[in-house]
Amino acid sequence: MSDCHGCSLATLPPPPAIQTRRHIVAIVGPPNSGKSTLFNRLTGLRQKVANFPGVTVEHRMGKVKVESGRDVYAVDLPGVYSLEPRTEDERVTHDVLLGQMKDLAKPDAVLLILDSTNLARHLVLAAPVLSLGLPTLVILNMADDLARRGGGVDVVELSMQLGAPVALVSASRGEGFDKVFQFLAGTTQSAPKAVPLMQLPVIQDIPKCRAWAAKVGTNGKYQAPAPPHWTRRLDSIFLHPVVGPLVFVMVVVAVFQAMFSWATPLMDGVQALVDAAGSWTGSMIANATLRSLIVDGIFKGVGSVVVFLPQILFLFLFIGILEDSGYLARAALIADRTMSRFGLQGKSFIPLLSAYACAVPAIMATRTIENKRDRIATILIAPFMTCSARLPVYTLIIAAFIPNRALLGPFLGARAATMIGLYILGFLAAVFTARLLKSTVLKSNRSSFMLEMPPYRWPTLRSLALRLIDRSKVFLRRAGTVILAVAVVLWVLAHLPLTNGQPAQIEHSFAAWVGHAVEPAIKPLGFNWKIGIGLITSLAAREVIVGTLGTIYGIDGTSNDLGLQAALRSDLSIGGALALLVFFAFAMQCMSTLAVVRRETGGWRWPIIQFSYMTGMAYVCAFLVNKAVTLWF
Amino acid sequence: MRLLQEFDIAVFQIDTWFDMQVNVKKVRHAKHNPEAANLMDLKHGESGILDRLDLPEDDARRLMELGFLPGHAITPGHSAPGGDPRVFRVDGSEVALRRETARRLLLRREHIDTAKA
Repeated sequence: MSDCHGCSLATLPPPPAIQTRRHIVAIVGPPNSGKSTLFNRLTGLRQKVANFPGVTVEHRMGKVKVESGRDVYAVDLPGVYSLEPRTEDERVTHDVLLGQMKDLAKPDAVLLILDSTNLARHLVLAAPVLSLGLPTLVILNMADDLARRGGGVDVVELSMQLGAPVALVSASRGEGFDKVFQFLAGTTQSAPKAVPLMQLPVIQDIPKCRAWAAKVGTNGKYQAPAPPHWTRRLDSIFLHPVVGPLVFVMVVVAVFQAMFSWATPLMDGVQALVDAAGSWTGSMIANATLRSLIVDGIFKGVGSVVVFLPQILFLFLFIGILEDSGYLARAALIADRTMSRFGLQGKSFIPLLSAYACAVPAIMATRTIENKRDRIATILIAPFMTCSARLPVYTLIIAAFIPNRALLGPFLGARAATMIGLYILGFLAAVFTARLLKSTVLKSNRSSFMLEMPPYRWPTLRSLALRLIDRSKVFLRRAGTVILAVAVVLWVLAHLPLTNGQPAQIEHSFAAWVGHAVEPAIKPLGFNWKIGIGLITSLAAREVIVGTLGTIYGIDGTSNDLGLQAALRSDLSIGGALALLVFFAFAMQCMSTLAVVRRETGGWRWPIIQFSYMTGMAYVCAFLVNKAVTLWF
Repeated sequence: MRLLQEFDIAVFQIDTWFDMQVNVKKVRHAKHNPEAANLMDLKHGESGILDRLDLPEDDARRLMELGFLPGHAITPGHSAPGGDPRVFRVDGSEVALRRETARRLLLRREHIDTAKA
């Protein structure tokens, strides 16, 4: 049975390259077939995320432990319904399977994963995949669901119909995996090739493939399961015209609450840990300059970003639960009408909500949006949402310049109103930009919104944990590279040149020189050179400006708020102060966000456009505010 | 089990009540529609057979991949508040479509079936 394949392998001289070459198995399947769960089952923690060159589609690769000794690497490909290369996801899957992807050899075998509870429709994908001629194992997932809902399939018969081995598994419970590992071990020697009883359709259009799939299903004695009663029951609550939106609001409040309240003690803990580690390290270093670099430069700089880790983990825990359980699709359905007014769609809602905590995880969360144009639009407007890094800046300026006066009796003070105003300002900028983008460069057909509602399932701890570990790795890797580098550069600029072997005072440092250099440009906004330095250092992270201003005015901004407020009041006009608030509401003052936008959009084009647009808008609006306020008062 | 049955019955009653409210409104605002019936004409509990997809090729293909193939039965399900988008059951899955998409999926008129799906 394996003659043909075996011969062709045997006639080739065994080049050493083949022996050391990785054995690659591609995992292919439609969306919602449990592809990622299968991949996690096979690889566990031995996986890493990567982007294919030149595309935004990300793929994961991981090592599978197979007893035969040879290393097998599994590649998790984007979920597709067909192999026609129309969307970017489909093109990636198509190119990888045909060996046309740069940097990745043609896979040696394929794991085709299909949802057994919806087999007749999912088998449509089997036709193009099997006709590739690669050794393929057809995995029918959700076996437990199929059995519980009274469905069934004859695996042996189906395997004969398809001419490929078939395994019935439950990826979430880890049942039925012997056959998968046998296949993986088997393909490392030679692949069995059988002749399918059901001839693959010659012309592979959808109706033909669907008819073929129906025939294969019938011949394979496939019994479709009863409709998912629990899903219908839950939907009658979650999609109820009155109860549904209430549940939706409760979920949104819970996500907000988790990010802002529940994460705070953990964030304080991380901050304390970073501070303690910093001062402990500092106490070990005798040289004052080196100590300052390590403690003030690296620990403060990197620490100010690492603090956000608990918030990011909370957010991804919630998104993980919502997505794996199936509720996210319902939330997207409920939010769609509102979001469509801004030219966006339901799936943009959760990422934009997350952006109130931090744009970085929000942009990573846009992966749930399949439509590329909608996804890019969401990525581009997310940084307008008032992220928590803006809060320290807002708090400082508002406390220094806005009088603590009541506006609406005891309910609303001038300071709170300013803060709310800034939140609204950011939101309006986002809406305006979304409409602008969606009516011009990112126009997409309104009718292209279609959203599959998966049945509700229990999220598994395993996949939640792997997701959190994955996201923390991505986040910490960036904190350890880009942000570390920026922190060091900033410290160097603020402490050089050395005078008599001593680091310069900040007024005489390179940073001050840079501040003076940019002063003509920012003068129309009402900013002086000190604010200029703050603006430059805040490119690392917005809240860094508070620490920088503290250093410049010779006052510790965090421990002596009142002193810094007084210093700012005497050095900055009210017009300049309000302009600074508006500038921070709009400007793209965040290297981490730019780095993640580059990663997610697969190039520098969008981050550069985004940076120019946001900073340009910030400049113009800050200028107008400064002029208006100066005229008024 | 009894509890669940009672729950299902209660949910069904609530659903029917809401349908009645919605349908009363629909009848009041109903306009004469000379064109072929489309997915939006299906009321709760009805099902129809898809005739053709009057959409750009790309969107039509994606819908066909999701199960919206001519000849398949389609049943409307729940919807977002306000009735848009609406979930449709087709070929073993549930897919939400916006009103303007659903309007362009045309049904074989003679096949609208009022049997509870």
